[in-house]
Amino acid sequence: MQESFGEENLTPPDGEDLTIAKAIANLKQKEDTSLRYYAAWWLGRFRVGDPEAIAALIEALEDEDHRTPDGGYPLRRNAAKALAKLGATEAIPALLQCLNCSDVYVRESAAQALGAIGDRSCIPNLLKFLEGGVEAAQFVPGKPHLVQPYEAIIEALGALQATEAIEAIAPFLEHPVEKVQYAAARGLYQITGEDRYGQRLILALQGDRLQLRRSALMDLGAVGYLPAAEAICKTLAENSLKLIALKGILEHHLQGISSSSLQLSEDSIRVMGFMDSLL
Amino acid sequence: MNEIVTKPSVQDYIKAVDLAASSDALLDAVQALADLRQEQALPKLIEILGYNNPGAAVAAVGGLIKLGIPAVPALLEQLDGYNYGARAWAIRTLAGIGDPRAIETLIQAAKEDFSFSVRRAASRGLGNILWSEISSSEQETTQKQVLDALIFVSQDVEWVVRYAAVLGLQGLATQQPLFTEKVGNHLQIWQETEPELTLRARIQLALQRLQIES
Repeated sequence: MQESFGEENLTPPDGEDLTIAKAIANLKQKEDTSLRYYAAWWLGRFRVGDPEAIAALIEALEDEDHRTPDGGYPLRRNAAKALAKLGATEAIPALLQCLNCSDVYVRESAAQALGAIGDRSCIPNLLKFLEGGVEAAQFVPGKPHLVQPYEAIIEALGALQATEAIEAIAPFLEHPVEKVQYAAARGLYQITGEDRYGQRLILALQGDRLQLRRSALMDLGAVGYLPAAEAICKTLAENSLKLIALKGILEHHLQGISSSSLQLSEDSIRVMGFMDSLL
Repeated sequence: MNEIVTKPSVQDYIKAVDLAASSDALLDAVQALADLRQEQALPKLIEILGYNNPGAAVAAVGGLIKLGIPAVPALLEQLDGYNYGARAWAIRTLAGIGDPRAIETLIQAAKEDFSFSVRRAASRGLGNILWSEISSSEQETTQKQVLDALIFVSQDVEWVVRYAAVLGLQGLATQQPLFTEKVGNHLQIWQETEPELTLRARIQLALQRLQIES
């Protein structure tokens, strides 16, 4: 049984649990990169949004010391992910810089962070990555990833409700990589609210490969597409993932009808019925 | 003329499980064996829980739950000999059956198991016990233990385990109306401090189902 639920967990390199002060100090020191790497993750995981933590994370976005054999910047990736969780608007200029980083995973984390932080002024910077369309969106020879982090870029544009991106995103519904297609459907649904994009993701729940069905589950949960509830319940995948997706749908729905008292609509009771059946 | 057509026996189905050459073939064979609803299939279904094959285990759990109470003694007996994965499937099975003999096991799993999905299944199972299987004098003390356990589980760190605890509490109070007031009070206090919107909604639904004004 796979037990990945919600967020990934790192283990402390020195086996020691952190406090907020210790985490900030560990991130600021320059001697031990593994301590910095763990501290950056920790600050995001425990939502430590204090200004000193954010300043240290922003500084880590420019780290030059922690490198992988093929030139990647692991600390920068973790710092961007943490800043995403903290919704740190003050990190936007540095994250925009990261979109030019040579490490595709840094560009990916930065795009995700910009989508999560939610400042629409970033839209033109993200949109630039879709120039060249599907034609340009090829694999890097010998690598498992495309030349740009298209999924993350498109999802960020969706999260930012970038209506000006609709035309640029639409062709990616036909990209040869399924997960990119799903990202396009997810983004277009978030921007337009049109049923056909949600339906596209429902179709993906019947795919042959478990990994793709999982991906579609997460997409439907993230956008909260209510008509998908029953199809999610019936998908061949782990109940844990289906429950997370249904939770996303339920909460999206409840927030949409929010009032001070918790009024349960027929739809929300139906979604909870599906959840009950999966425990 | 008079060709003898023999229906495949349970043994034939068991053989099909043993001979399955691929993961898909195994899944089909286990499903077919589970669908027979034959007690002779019990030992094999229990053995399959230990195969380290989630698809086959899900099918076997389904079959064992359908067999119900007759499956319980063997499951409880083998529980300690299992490796962790098989034990988790066995606990899920016991949670689905609801035999009171498994209560102690389920309480311990709901409170302490390492895996959230086992805590989740055990908590749900505690709301679904077949109380008519034990004498009414025994019922009251045991039900109190279950209530205390579910109240404990409502502090679990994983939202999905807390969700199962709501369902467990709702189930228990539906079966034992004497607990309605206590469960209602607990749910109302919990709802005020619960950080997850989904949980607050599910608590609301439980209160409605128990017809408690909030």
